[in-house]
Amino acid sequence: MTADQTTASDEAGPAAPLGKDLVGLEGLSGDTIRMILDTAEPFKEISERPIKKVPVLRGKTIVNLFFEPSTRTRISFEFAEKRLGADTVNISSVGSSVSKGESLVDTARNLEAMRIDMVVIRHGSSGAARFLADRIPSNVINAGDGRHEHPTQALLDMLTMRDRLGKVEGLRVCIVGDIVHSRVARSNIFGLRALGAEVGVCGPRSLVPVGIEDLGVSVFGHVEEAIEWADVLNVLRLQLERMNAGFIPSLREYNRVFGVTRARLERAPREVVVLHPGPMNRGVEIDSDVADGPQSVILPQVTNGVAVRMAVLYLLAGGRPELAEDAKRGSGG
Amino acid sequence: MSGRIPGDRLWIHGGRVVDPSQGLDGPAQVIVEAGRIAAVGPELERPEDARPIDASGLVVAPGFIDLHVHFREPGGEHKETIASGARAAVAGGFTTVWTMPNTDPPIDDPAAVGFVKAAGEAARGARVMPIGAASIGMEGEQMTEIGGLVAAGAVAVSDDGAPVGHAGLMRRLLEYTQSFGIPVIQHSEVVELAEGGVMNEGSIATALGLRGIPNAAEAAMIARDALLSELTGGHLHVCHVSARESVEQLRLARDKGLRVTSEVTPHHLILTDELVRGYNTEAKVNPPLRTERDVEAVRQALVDGVIDVIATDHAPHHYEEKEREFDDAPFGINGLETAFGLCMKALVEPGHMSLGQLIDRMACAPARIMGLDGGTLRPGAPADVVLLDPNEIWTVEPQGFVSLSHNTPVAGWKLPGRIRRTLVGGETRHEVEEDR
Amino acid sequence: MIADKQPRDLLDAAGVEQALGRLADDIIAAGATDDLLLVGIRRRGVELAERLAELVAERTGDPVDRGSLDITLYRDDFAQIGSRPLIGTTKIPGDITGRRVVIVDDVLYTGRTIRAALNEIADFGRPARIELCVLVDRGGRELPIQADFVGIGSDVPPGSHVEVRVPSEDDELGVRIRAGAEQAGAG
Repeated sequence: MTADQTTASDEAGPAAPLGKDLVGLEGLSGDTIRMILDTAEPFKEISERPIKKVPVLRGKTIVNLFFEPSTRTRISFEFAEKRLGADTVNISSVGSSVSKGESLVDTARNLEAMRIDMVVIRHGSSGAARFLADRIPSNVINAGDGRHEHPTQALLDMLTMRDRLGKVEGLRVCIVGDIVHSRVARSNIFGLRALGAEVGVCGPRSLVPVGIEDLGVSVFGHVEEAIEWADVLNVLRLQLERMNAGFIPSLREYNRVFGVTRARLERAPREVVVLHPGPMNRGVEIDSDVADGPQSVILPQVTNGVAVRMAVLYLLAGGRPELAEDAKRGSGG
Repeated sequence: MSGRIPGDRLWIHGGRVVDPSQGLDGPAQVIVEAGRIAAVGPELERPEDARPIDASGLVVAPGFIDLHVHFREPGGEHKETIASGARAAVAGGFTTVWTMPNTDPPIDDPAAVGFVKAAGEAARGARVMPIGAASIGMEGEQMTEIGGLVAAGAVAVSDDGAPVGHAGLMRRLLEYTQSFGIPVIQHSEVVELAEGGVMNEGSIATALGLRGIPNAAEAAMIARDALLSELTGGHLHVCHVSARESVEQLRLARDKGLRVTSEVTPHHLILTDELVRGYNTEAKVNPPLRTERDVEAVRQALVDGVIDVIATDHAPHHYEEKEREFDDAPFGINGLETAFGLCMKALVEPGHMSLGQLIDRMACAPARIMGLDGGTLRPGAPADVVLLDPNEIWTVEPQGFVSLSHNTPVAGWKLPGRIRRTLVGGETRHEVEEDR
Repeated sequence: MIADKQPRDLLDAAGVEQALGRLADDIIAAGATDDLLLVGIRRRGVELAERLAELVAERTGDPVDRGSLDITLYRDDFAQIGSRPLIGTTKIPGDITGRRVVIVDDVLYTGRTIRAALNEIADFGRPARIELCVLVDRGGRELPIQADFVGIGSDVPPGSHVEVRVPSEDDELGVRIRAGAEQAGAG
């Protein structure tokens, strides 16, 4: 290979470092996750340039396949894709594949026939991303599958924690809210544990899943305990449907008992950093003065989101086509 | 294949006869005449004009009886027909099967029962005995005309697939069925607790982000129904027990001497929710595969007799339906052709049970608890016989199934124990060539 | 694995310092330095740009701006290489439109690195003038690119490897030629 001799021979990262897909953080090593976060750093700088674009994915076609409505995540991915110079196509179709009429298998086959390079998929069924990844040679990135994982969200959460506190290892991070239905919670748990953080979850018993301790997390029944223990709080959005389905009696009661309020934070022994994946229900799981206050890193999360997604796309894309085959046969991400 | 008109004499020789109903286990011969067992004993000589069947190296046992299968006819013939199911059954060593009524339309009137019976007879596989629906349309509201169903040939009633949720209706069923001497077969699940779950509730479900079905959903229903059996004196038969808490309830019912019987599937005797990892839809079944603790509990219960019989809950599904996101895939495992091998692997190979005890749970006990004319090689019984090799190791190849469907989580497994020949009423309805 | 030729020094530390001194003089002679920006490429070019900036500043009496450029994301062989190179820092101070930019790199060979650098600089703005300064020009161009300022020229056969060593990366200063196979992992 006669590339310029001053190319990155002594700076090479590992070949196909993530395999073919990013389906979740479960099973990824701490080194791999650190590598993704390190790769995201230079991409932050690109978003500060006058021309926010680099040609590294020029000529690549990326499909954003969103079976669940989402503005924020989709836009963040779209920015990431376009800033890397790729061509993007958005396909939205709400509803399960069964109700839609075209099965996920057929969607997969159509994408393969169109020779799409990468697919970013958000779907309402846990396991949908893995399902797709196993059936098409394109790189598949999970933008949220049911209640299973949302790996890029957890990655940007961890990057934000690292930016603010200098490291993730040894941090005490408590995820507060509806853990049962949360893919953000699961990805955070897998990722944080791999990086050596201590993880806790806190919420009403009806919203904390059975067997969560087996994932290596502590369970706090009261948000005051969680705040006293934690260095970082990751506050999850509470959805109206949970009240309608009888998990909790009302949103007002939830705020009263579990809300992250200024008063509760002030009683903490240390400055607790507060994250939220958005969109926020102000006055329900988090009060405005916390969300807009000095302990909140909610806006940096959004900025980091684009950089992290650029890093993931960069690490998965390109390379020799045989690499995609090898990875499909072998590691499976 | 090598079918003969009943009336032939057969002399099955050279094998080891294992018939727990008579306490037999040793070298012996069996003489069949006019479709019934004429004699069993260690020194029976070949009668003149009897056709010899060489059972050297094989075990000769009563044909298995499966109290719980789903043949998808009418309505789902692409997955299984009564004919293909009946033939899959004999390939698995079963000479009698009880078919569940949750077809489309369901078997909730005498004509439908008659249809199933006739199709079963024409199939020349295992004997097909239809179970009728407990409620009209299987909607769980109004009782079917049970007398009419029984007259047409139904052997029991059930709404399996779903439970009879309404306690009042369950009570009436347990009372009314006593007029006909049939059991109420209950798929035990409190639907409100199962809440749309798709696998066992526990840490694996939590990691995968899938909704879980807690053990309590099954045990709570068994507790309720056992009390109703006690109240009414009716015969309750509990389907596919999977949870250790359910075993506790059944033990209590047995200790009280209630008319409660129960069954367990081969897969619940050995497989756990670990198999679901990776979103493997072949392992999606209701009740779900649970934990090692639950497997141990139901296994021990079968050994102790707290659970009476093994029944496959054979649930064929077309591969396209299983080739879906986990939430959307249907529940069910194809069980007839792997049942014996899987039970050998789960129970006999590790030493939890002897071969004789396994044969009892698969053949004698089902006949006993349901009062059937079969499950034995006693003279006078129907000549429903299975010849099997308990030592032959074979690999599960679903594409080679007699069943029209191939949905099983044990594809590629090597199982000990192969069915070599199955006779129904003295007629050979399944046979495997020597060289295999 | 390595051919029988021993590695030989093309320039020792003193030689490099002399060459840099001449390059500084050439840069000053070629144009105004009041809006000069020296941009070093990726790793070793960055220290060379630093040294040149100091030398120019010494001679003119005014400080000289410097920047660094990582061209990884602009490589033209990205689709072929297997590995995902780690991306270094790019830092371009202020607005480069209208300025005199001199790109500084250690070795000029095929010219592809410089082409990537030109593409990237264009995304930052429109300099009045871009010049190229390299320590070693080893020939073997694959693109029509030439350096304006060259420390030392040397025709090195394609199989060999020219290594510029700088203190911040290699604990010494010098230029070495190594014969034989490219280092493992080279793109």
